[in-house]
Amino acid sequence: MGKYIVKRVGMGLLSIFVVATLTFFLMNMVPGGPFVAEKSISKAAQEALASKYGLDKPIMERYFTYITDFVKGDMGYSLRQRGRTVSDIIFSKFPVSAGLAGVAVAVALCVGIPLGCLSAYHRGKFGDRFIIVLATCGIAIPSFISSVVLLYTFGSRLNLLPTIGLNTFKSYIMPVTALAIYPAAYITRLMRSSLLDVMGQDYIRTAKAKGLAGFKVMFKHALRNAILPVVTYVGPMLAGLMTGSFIVEKIFTIPGLGREFVSSITNRDYTMIMGTTIILATLIIVANVIVDILYKIIDPRINLK
Amino acid sequence: MKEKLLDIRDEYLSFFTPAGEIKALNGVSFSMDEGEVLGIVGESGSGKSVTAYSIMGLTAYPGRLVSGSIRFNGHEVEKMSEKELRKMRGNEVSIIFQDPMTSLNPVYTIGNQIEEVILLHTDKTREEAKKRAKELLELVGINEPERRLKQYPHELSGGMRQRVMISIALACEPKLLIADEPTTALDVTIQAQILELMKELRSKLDMSIIMITHDLGVVASMCEKIAVMYAGHIVEYGTADEIFYEPGHEYTKGLIKSIPKLNSSEPERLVPIEGQPVDLLNPPKGCPFAPRCGSCMKICLREMPEKTELSETHYSYCWLHRKAEFEKGGGAE
Repeated sequence: MGKYIVKRVGMGLLSIFVVATLTFFLMNMVPGGPFVAEKSISKAAQEALASKYGLDKPIMERYFTYITDFVKGDMGYSLRQRGRTVSDIIFSKFPVSAGLAGVAVAVALCVGIPLGCLSAYHRGKFGDRFIIVLATCGIAIPSFISSVVLLYTFGSRLNLLPTIGLNTFKSYIMPVTALAIYPAAYITRLMRSSLLDVMGQDYIRTAKAKGLAGFKVMFKHALRNAILPVVTYVGPMLAGLMTGSFIVEKIFTIPGLGREFVSSITNRDYTMIMGTTIILATLIIVANVIVDILYKIIDPRINLK
Repeated sequence: MKEKLLDIRDEYLSFFTPAGEIKALNGVSFSMDEGEVLGIVGESGSGKSVTAYSIMGLTAYPGRLVSGSIRFNGHEVEKMSEKELRKMRGNEVSIIFQDPMTSLNPVYTIGNQIEEVILLHTDKTREEAKKRAKELLELVGINEPERRLKQYPHELSGGMRQRVMISIALACEPKLLIADEPTTALDVTIQAQILELMKELRSKLDMSIIMITHDLGVVASMCEKIAVMYAGHIVEYGTADEIFYEPGHEYTKGLIKSIPKLNSSEPERLVPIEGQPVDLLNPPKGCPFAPRCGSCMKICLREMPEKTELSETHYSYCWLHRKAEFEKGGGAE
C-alpha cells in the first residue's frame, strides 16, 4: 500500500509536469496577450509591461524560468490583478469554492444514494418511475436555470434566503442546491443501474435463500458491491467542483475560484491560467488516488500494485 | 399414513414476460418422505430449478404460481407471506447453487457469510455463531477453519467455495436440502469429492435432499427416487432402479441411451435425442415430447398422455403403454 502511494505520487507529479508544459505552450499559441486589450495603453507602455513580466523573452526561456520558479513554489504575479501573486489569489479563493463544493457533494451523496436504492428496490413501480423522471430533469436542467429559478423564488419572491455571498449558514442553501442537483441526479441514476445489475448476481440469490429480508439483502449484500461506480464518479467530480463553478459563483456573487478560470483565459492572464490549471490537475490526480484506495477498502479482490 | 415432508400437487407456474406467458411448470406433482433423496433430471429449461425454487418461494420475477399446492413440512407454501417464507428459508429448507464461484458475496469474509445465517435463524450470540461456523467448516472438510473464516471467497478454490456454500446451507440443520446442479461448475475430481461429502452428510444429519442435475451418473449414485422432467412436466417418476432398468418413457430411454458407455468393446456413436427443446411460449397440444419422439403416434400430437402406473413407485405419462389396447380396439391410428 505504502509503495503504491509513493508510486502514484511520482506518477502524479509527472502528470502535473506534462499538464503544465502543454498548457504553457498552448496558451502562448493563442493570439493576443495580457495587455493587448487595453487600448488606452500606449505601445511604449505595453512594451515596458511586457519586459517587466518577462514576456519579451523567447518562449523557451520563459518556459524554463516558469518551471524553475514553480518548483521553488513561486507561481509569479498575476498579470492582470496587479500586485497580487497567483498563489495569493488561489489561496484566498480556493477555500471558498472547496467548502461550497464539499457541502454540495455531501448533499448529492446523501440524496443520490438513498434515492438510487429506493428506485432500484421498487423497480418498475410508481416510486421508481417518479424518481427516474426527477433524476432525468436534474441532469437535463443546466445550473444557470436552476440557480436563477432558486434565486427568483426563494431570494426575491419569498424573501427567505439571502441572495449574495456566503456569510451565514442560510446563504449556503441556494448555491449548494444549485451545485448539487446535477451530481445528485447523476448519482441516483448510477446507483440505480449499478444496484439493478448487482441484484441479478448469484450471491444475491444466495442471500435471499438464506432468508434475509429484502432491505438487508439490498443494503448489506448489494450496496457495497454496487457503490464502486459511484465512488469512481464522485472523485473527479469533487475535484471539478472544488475548483469552483463559474456560473453558480457569478449568479450568487460568491468570491470563489470558479470565476478566475474563465476570466484568466479571456484576459490572457498567463500566470493565472497556469495556476488554475495546475491546481485542477493536482486535485483530479489526488482524487483518483483516493478513489483507488477506497476501491481497495470496499472490494477486497482489488489488488493495488 | 405418515405426513409427507414435501407434497406438490398440480403445480402450474408461468413467467409473464412481455413476449407472452412462458409456461414453465405444467401440472407438476410429486411427494417426498423424510430422509429421502430425490433426483430431478431433465434438460435445460425443463423446469427442474423452477420447481425447486418454488418450494422456497424464491420464484424469480416475473414468474408466478398459477395454481396448485405446495405442502412442505406442515406449511402451505403458496399461501405464506414473504415474512413467513423468510423464516423458513435457510432454516427448514436451504439450497446449494450451481456456481460456487459467483454464489458467495465477494466483499464479505467466509465467516461473516456463514455466521449471518446462524444469527438470523437462531438466538445464538456472535461468539456462539462463530464457534458454530468453525464446526460447520470442519464438518464439510475444510482445513484450518479458523483461518478460512477470515478469508474472502476469492482466496478459496472452487471446490472449497462449494464446501462453504454447503456449510451455509447446513448451518441451521434444514429438513430439506436442495442441491441445484451442485457439481456442474466443478472439476471432475472435485465433483466426486463434493458428492461423497453430500452422501456422508446426509447419513450423518438425516435430511432429505433434492438433487437437481442433468448428469444421470450423479443421480444414479445418490438418489433413491428419480423424477424425469420435460417441458414443465414430470414425464416419469420411479426408483433409481426402475428408471435405469425399466424406463417407461421414450424421453428417459433417450437420456439413458445418450450416456457414453465405458465398457463397450466396439467403438460406438452416442445416440442424441433429435430435435429442439419445446418452445414454452407455445407448448404443443399433446405430449410435449411427441415432436422428438421416435415412436410418436397420432394421439400423442393431439392429447396429453394419461398417468400410467407401472408399479407402486413407478409411473409415467406416455401413450405407448396403451398402444396394444389401441391396436386391438382400433382407437389409435
